[in-house]
Amino acid sequence: MPSRRVFLKGSALAMFGVGSMPAWLSRSLYAADSAGPRKKILVAIFQRGAVDGLNMVVPFGEQRYYDLRPSIAIPKPDGTPNSAVDLDGFFGLHPALAPLKPMFDAQHLAIVDAVGSPDPTRSHFDAQDYMESGTPGFHGATDGWLNRALPQESGPASPLRAISLGDSLARTLRGHNDAVAVRSLNDFQVHDPSGAATFESMYANSLDTVLHGTAKEAFSAVKMMQSVQKQVYVPANGAAYPNGGFGKSLQQIAQLIKANVGVEVAFADIGGWDTHVNETGGQPTNGQLANNLAQFGQALAAFYKDLGDRMEDVTLVTMSEFGRTVKENGDRGTDHGHANVMFVLGGDVRGGKIYGDWPGLQDEQLYEARDLALTTDFRDVLGELVARHLGNSNVRSVFPGYESPKFRGLLG
Amino acid sequence: MTFNGYRLMKTSSTFLAPALCAIILVFPAAAKPKKTKPDPDSKLFQKKLSKDDQTLHALDRLTFGPRPGDVARVKKIGLKKWIFEQLHPDRMSENPVLEARLQALESLRMTPLETLQHYPAPQMIRAIANGKQPMPEDLLLRASIERFMTRYKIRQAEAAGLPAPPKDANTDLEPMRTLEEVLSPTELAIVRANNNQEEKRQLLISMPPERVEDMLIAMKPGERLRLFGPAPSAIRREIFLLNGPQQVVAYDLLDAKMLRAIESTRQLAEELDDFWFNHFNVFYEKGADRFLIPEYERLAIRPHVLGQFRDLLEATAKSPAMLFFLDNFESVRPDLDANDTKRKVKRGLNENYGRELMELHTLGVNGGYTQKDVTEVARCFTGWGIQEPRKGGGFFYNDKLHDKGEKIVLGHVIKAGGGIDDGEQVLDILARHPSTAHFISKELAQRFVADNPPESLVNRMAQTFLATNGSIREVMRTMLDSKEFWSEGAYRAKVKSPFEMVVSSARALDANVIDGWALANQVGTLGEPLYRKLEPTGYSNLGSEWVNSAGLLGRMNFALQLAQNHVESVKVDASRFGDDPNEVAKRLMFRAMSQQTRAAIDKALEDSKQKNPAMVAALVIGSPDFQKR
Repeated sequence: MPSRRVFLKGSALAMFGVGSMPAWLSRSLYAADSAGPRKKILVAIFQRGAVDGLNMVVPFGEQRYYDLRPSIAIPKPDGTPNSAVDLDGFFGLHPALAPLKPMFDAQHLAIVDAVGSPDPTRSHFDAQDYMESGTPGFHGATDGWLNRALPQESGPASPLRAISLGDSLARTLRGHNDAVAVRSLNDFQVHDPSGAATFESMYANSLDTVLHGTAKEAFSAVKMMQSVQKQVYVPANGAAYPNGGFGKSLQQIAQLIKANVGVEVAFADIGGWDTHVNETGGQPTNGQLANNLAQFGQALAAFYKDLGDRMEDVTLVTMSEFGRTVKENGDRGTDHGHANVMFVLGGDVRGGKIYGDWPGLQDEQLYEARDLALTTDFRDVLGELVARHLGNSNVRSVFPGYESPKFRGLLG
Repeated sequence: MTFNGYRLMKTSSTFLAPALCAIILVFPAAAKPKKTKPDPDSKLFQKKLSKDDQTLHALDRLTFGPRPGDVARVKKIGLKKWIFEQLHPDRMSENPVLEARLQALESLRMTPLETLQHYPAPQMIRAIANGKQPMPEDLLLRASIERFMTRYKIRQAEAAGLPAPPKDANTDLEPMRTLEEVLSPTELAIVRANNNQEEKRQLLISMPPERVEDMLIAMKPGERLRLFGPAPSAIRREIFLLNGPQQVVAYDLLDAKMLRAIESTRQLAEELDDFWFNHFNVFYEKGADRFLIPEYERLAIRPHVLGQFRDLLEATAKSPAMLFFLDNFESVRPDLDANDTKRKVKRGLNENYGRELMELHTLGVNGGYTQKDVTEVARCFTGWGIQEPRKGGGFFYNDKLHDKGEKIVLGHVIKAGGGIDDGEQVLDILARHPSTAHFISKELAQRFVADNPPESLVNRMAQTFLATNGSIREVMRTMLDSKEFWSEGAYRAKVKSPFEMVVSSARALDANVIDGWALANQVGTLGEPLYRKLEPTGYSNLGSEWVNSAGLLGRMNFALQLAQNHVESVKVDASRFGDDPNEVAKRLMFRAMSQQTRAAIDKALEDSKQKNPAMVAALVIGSPDFQKR
């Protein structure tokens, strides 16, 4: 295996002639090369539409779960693919998430249950907005928590430090720090080479300082993306990303991380979780939710495998705006609920464990007599990652109004 | 911590954090000069523009960019008279071509109920399938709903592991003819072939409407979508109608917004429509707002863009779209359900509208209100709701939900026992508040003068606002009579928003816009998806907000695509501008380009050694010069 130094020279460095290397790049490469700590990377995943956390991480130890979900409950673990994958004798993974079991066993995957936003809203719009801004109950903030989470730069920053996969810059990543929306690495360029060269020199000489500065950043980011892309990307360690947008998003994040171009935070989302009707198919373990979870689980597993040892620097966290009703509805589905489940995956995660206090599913234990009650605020989870993984100790300004986050000890 | 406390804290942490300031001082390279605007006290705002520049400046700011011929037109009738016309759009005749095209976009003129009936959402289709809603009367719509229902029932059955249901006995509305029966073999071959857009377009244009309809009904959704590219507007709407009726509403909104901005003679009114819609922003993707927005823009925004602010404020306050977007329709007196043991989910006061009304619509965040005022205002608006919110009902005041107690808003006592007038009194108080006068004036000046407008100008506009009871036209007139507006400090000082960039390109190139929808998608790609700004703030009036790396690359790509005639549904013939860069710049920007831009284009021409008018036009449209207004 080539040393890190050789690899770097072959990729990001090679595109800049000697002497023309931008300051931030030399800095980030040297940082990666030197004995000093490499930059930590936080990847945030949003499951839009409110995933049914109770079928994602199944409380099979609680009979009430089966009572309230006669046709859509995932059966107790029995070793077959049509039953939950046992995690700790009480909770099990949806069988479509079986690819995550090895990560849990390797203690790199932690699960936080009964977690979410304390705001009572059951509107997708409000709840996503609150979770992305990091300010439950307030629509006021125009920036997102992940943008605020970026540690203060003491020198020139990489134009690719904050990456949002998708058509537009995710709410989570909007804000003061530059963040780039990337539909695909290939799209991030001016598609006409001669036009690109002319525009580059035109903007490089422009007297408008703002346009000049931004264009300079943009064209360095383009070159970086192109260098990353020069060769067909082959995921390492036999990792196989699933087809579909989400697998592609995670693969591109992995590709950029491995290319050492200065990524510090990244965001991707995956929709299709609003399962009011036919959440499950002919059996509880197939159908809509199972298909979507399979894509989700395979993508996370591939990302983990692909990054290999590099997961040391990376933490990935998943979230969804709220959970779903404990009781199934008349359409073999579930409606908008309250608390949910989050995954935290990474090298410095104290995994193999389910965090959070399980509130129970008896009527009197439910939130508003219908939903899983909340025992962990999502900001406790994200706050810990911001403080202890990214090293940004100013958690209160990342989650304004949240005075005293209670870290769960997710990171070792 | 109060909400205001949070806002202040947020602002200070973003812009005033001491640590950040220190970094700016120590490492100048780290600080992005995003907010470099002319200093408001700068002498540039005292320096008057030349006559020629004044004409261009007026066209840059009061229109979506000049079209060929505009400069001469303004010079001919005189700048003063032209401005007077723009300030009185009702006295101007509208472009008949535009009016004819808007006529085809039916959903623009519908009530929410009609919109809902004609363009049902998936939930509605489910409700009809389950017998909870009646079938619509429109035949095409019935056919489309029947197909959806059949698909829905088959999916239901599949999921339940049951055999597919037999086709409904009542299928006389289902298409009885197959595609093979509707089309001749030759036509069928054209429809099914790949890469023959022009051939498809010709076929669609040549077919009588009934046959097009029969064909579309006989097609599968995927087959219809393959015709979408070459189809003229009317057929596109039918494709949407059959595949997903709800999409027609968005299609009409986007098409109309682009066509008006590009084609309307009432340019200032259209600029202000965009301004006020953003000021009173609602979000298309939030539930019922999907079918409430057309009426909202038509009745709450457009009639008032140059009218009295108080009227505009009340029109938005009573609009179902705003009541829904900011949740006021769910806000009830706090004690309503307190003793109702049967209600699991208790209703209560929702402060969302009360807060945004003051922070975003009137006083501004530093306008001098407290959290207590937010609560009191919210109490005043309890009972302001919607008759059947999800079924297209209108504004409805429900006295039973109203908080009858005394309220004190910004020091004014609102007596106990009031009704709908409590909220109206609040609107009065807010509409004539000096903070509102200042906040609105500043926003207008930011949109029309400079990101950081001189305070002296804002103050004069605010005085006019107060003196005229909030006449938007008079405030605009004060601005347009000011030396600051006609100064070097304002000239080309603003970066265009994506919407302005796309529209001004189409206008400069004199593009033949077959369908505004495709251009609207380009605006979305550049970062400003129209009607889809989720935050109640709306899109920013600051040009600096739009400068980011992905956005700039997007603009360059858009320029290349548009000038080379590669944007779907838009026809551009760049050859008419020639390939002499100076000439092209003069014809697209109506002035000379900067030396730097000129040098880069010259070099490109020298390197390529071939004449390429489209490329020259693209380079001009994508240049730093063209991004400014």
